[in-house]
Amino acid sequence: MIRDITLGQYYQVESTIHRLDPRVKLGGTLLFIISLFLFHNWLGYLIAAIGLCSVIALSRVPFKFMVRGMKSILFLLLITVAFNLFLTPGTALVTIWKITITIEGVKTALTMAARLTMLIIGSSIMTLTTTPNNLTDGLERMMRPLKVVKVPVHEVAMMMSIALRFIPILLEETDKIMKAQLARGADFESGNIFRRAKAMVPILVPLFISAFRRANDLAMAMEARCYRGGDGRTKMKPLIYSRADYMAWGCIVLYLVISIVLGRIAF
Amino acid sequence: MQLILDHVDHVYEEGTQMARKALSDICLTIPKGQFVGIIGHTGSGKSTLIQHMNGLLKPTSGHIYFEGEDIAEKDYDRKKLRSKVGLVFQYPEHQLFEIDVFTDVCFGPKNLGLDKKEVQLRAFNALRKVGLPEDLYYQSPFDLSGGQKRRVAIAGVLAMEPEVLILDEPTAGLDPKGREEILRQIKSLQKETGMTILLVSHSMEDVAEYVDRIIVMNRGSILYDDVPRKVFQHYRELEEVGLAAPQVTYIMHALRERGLPVDADATTIREAADEICRAYGIA
Amino acid sequence: MVQKVGIIKTDDLVFEYIRRDEEGNVEGITTAVDHVSLDIAPGQFIAILGHNGSGKSTLAKHINAILNPTEGTVWVDGMDTTDESNIWEIRQRAGMVFQNPDNQIIGQVVEEDVGFGPENMGIPTREIWERVEESLRAVGMYEFRKASPNKLSGGQKQRVSIAGVLAMHPKCIVLDEPTAMLDPNGRKEVIRAVRGLNDVEGVTVILITHYMEEIIHADKVFVMDKGKVAMEGTPREIFSQVERLKELRLDVPQVTLLAYELQKRGMDLPNGILTVEELVEALEKQTKNGRN
Repeated sequence: MIRDITLGQYYQVESTIHRLDPRVKLGGTLLFIISLFLFHNWLGYLIAAIGLCSVIALSRVPFKFMVRGMKSILFLLLITVAFNLFLTPGTALVTIWKITITIEGVKTALTMAARLTMLIIGSSIMTLTTTPNNLTDGLERMMRPLKVVKVPVHEVAMMMSIALRFIPILLEETDKIMKAQLARGADFESGNIFRRAKAMVPILVPLFISAFRRANDLAMAMEARCYRGGDGRTKMKPLIYSRADYMAWGCIVLYLVISIVLGRIAF
Repeated sequence: MQLILDHVDHVYEEGTQMARKALSDICLTIPKGQFVGIIGHTGSGKSTLIQHMNGLLKPTSGHIYFEGEDIAEKDYDRKKLRSKVGLVFQYPEHQLFEIDVFTDVCFGPKNLGLDKKEVQLRAFNALRKVGLPEDLYYQSPFDLSGGQKRRVAIAGVLAMEPEVLILDEPTAGLDPKGREEILRQIKSLQKETGMTILLVSHSMEDVAEYVDRIIVMNRGSILYDDVPRKVFQHYRELEEVGLAAPQVTYIMHALRERGLPVDADATTIREAADEICRAYGIA
Repeated sequence: MVQKVGIIKTDDLVFEYIRRDEEGNVEGITTAVDHVSLDIAPGQFIAILGHNGSGKSTLAKHINAILNPTEGTVWVDGMDTTDESNIWEIRQRAGMVFQNPDNQIIGQVVEEDVGFGPENMGIPTREIWERVEESLRAVGMYEFRKASPNKLSGGQKQRVSIAGVLAMHPKCIVLDEPTAMLDPNGRKEVIRAVRGLNDVEGVTVILITHYMEEIIHADKVFVMDKGKVAMEGTPREIFSQVERLKELRLDVPQVTLLAYELQKRGMDLPNGILTVEELVEALEKQTKNGRN
């Protein structure tokens, strides 16, 4: 179950999208997400979907792999849809018992579903096609101006990249500890919420201890390899815009113009 | 037979592109009181196999019977099975969580719903069986040495008083003396209590020294299942699948090739020394 | 002060730490390293043995200036490790590989991880790439350069860690139980890579382990116990003392043990037999002598 979370996990394959500068991908993703909230009609979402599909195709990450990552947030999606469906006031469409579904409700629910799905897929493409190191490099570069106001940009970026590297390891570890406690007769499934929360203690305590031990080991290993913060560091993969990156920026701007112009026309 | 595996298959993430067959057509019978070694390189299916035996994993197809009952039956009490078939994972000290050693060992029996007195009695017995000094019982488990932590974790499973004890590499990361101490303790447990023991190990020398029977796993199937001296006769085949025989096996075969009339089946130092002395006519 | 000595030299090294109880009161002082003096010549393959808690890891951490001595001095390539201004130079010259392969890989891609050290040292980009390639080739992991470390076996991960240190062009590598968490095949892979570094690249190796088979090729072996050097000598000299090793919670390879057992039963065999070949030959000699 835990292994199903593919969100944020780099998918290794050679593609145009993989090769793009992380700054383009970060900027593009951000602009794409903003655009999703600007549409007034279905045409906007259609264009967004087309744009998204072409990026997916270019990324060469199997669609199935992406969808598997969605499973974990399906529940969240369903709740959002349900809330909108049942709780939006307006013209009644159907009434079953005390629950009324309105036309407005259906519309908002569908819009929300489309928006959220594309938002999640859109941002997961970024992480699927960019190594965390690359991603944090991009973030670091984009946030460099903040250094002037004493924001520790490099440190934050390094922390993020390490966190991402250890997520799969800690997930696997959680799985292992859970099984070990099950073998000692632990019960995570029955009882009320309070009892279940209490049942998590035998998992959480060892997990925290392990995380601290790993953090300690890692800090030592980093120091042993001469890590001393961002000053004086060179880059193995410095960020340099190539022609493809400029072209990608062009495409993003083009997408924004078309989708927003068409998406905001009132029919 | 205490534990029977009948044509067991296991496929991870079945029905997806990532499906991997971890076990195929495993047939095994394990009688009460036997000391069984399970060997195989990383990824050969050893871990998957042992997790089936106490119901943590379910076979994709095939059946597992514990004392004559199919553990996949709907009304079968799997929680009870887990207390009857104790499983000690690799690096078990990583699951310790209580404030002191004694309370931690109580966790297992407490989960079985026993009364307080019985829980404490079992915890006490288990700690004594693993030979932990009594002055450590009320220390934090995190203040102990690696070898001591390992004992506490094993006691945590023993306290459920299982009939079968499965240990996944119980000696990993310990120093030579620590390895020997743990293995001796396990052997004496088996002798004294008649407990069935399954030991997963990477060390051929250890397996040869302690077990009655060896199961060799390779690519999710059983490659050999026999007494140690018979299994290690196949030392060339074992090498082909990334394993090896104990060093003495190689010595004995080398001596035989040089024309010394020794029986090359010796698997432990004592056996080898006896054989060589016999061949040289030393009493 | 620069002193003309071996690559690693310790002089009366002592390391103590204070144990405290939960309230922070001093419970006692533990001496983890107790007056250790070593002198290691460049290019040697040194093994340090010792049971868990014998102080061998604490000693290792001094060589990389992760720990500073309570008393005494440690010199790495002539530089005193307590001198703050030397610290980065020391860490570059004496690289360190740790026990847990997962907890020392920083990069999400193999090559990025190997590049981490050189990046920290401020090496120009083009040269980083050259170093990464040459280091990965030296440990036989070049074909995995684009892989995610999570997909590698334990032995492969440790080889990546070694490459990561090698890319910093150290003169000496300290390996702190690099094989303790690996299976037999992983152990062989790592030891082969380490021996390659020593033989081919001429890097001084300090290997800390409690697997006896791994040290039979060492130039010199130190055995630690209670923070002190309890034994030192060539592998053969060390392995001749089976009883002493057992007292120190260690063992010897099965061949050595068998030869020792045969000696005890009255056979005339040389001390400290290390390989199957040696034992077979010694026994053959016996046959001939017997016939004559």
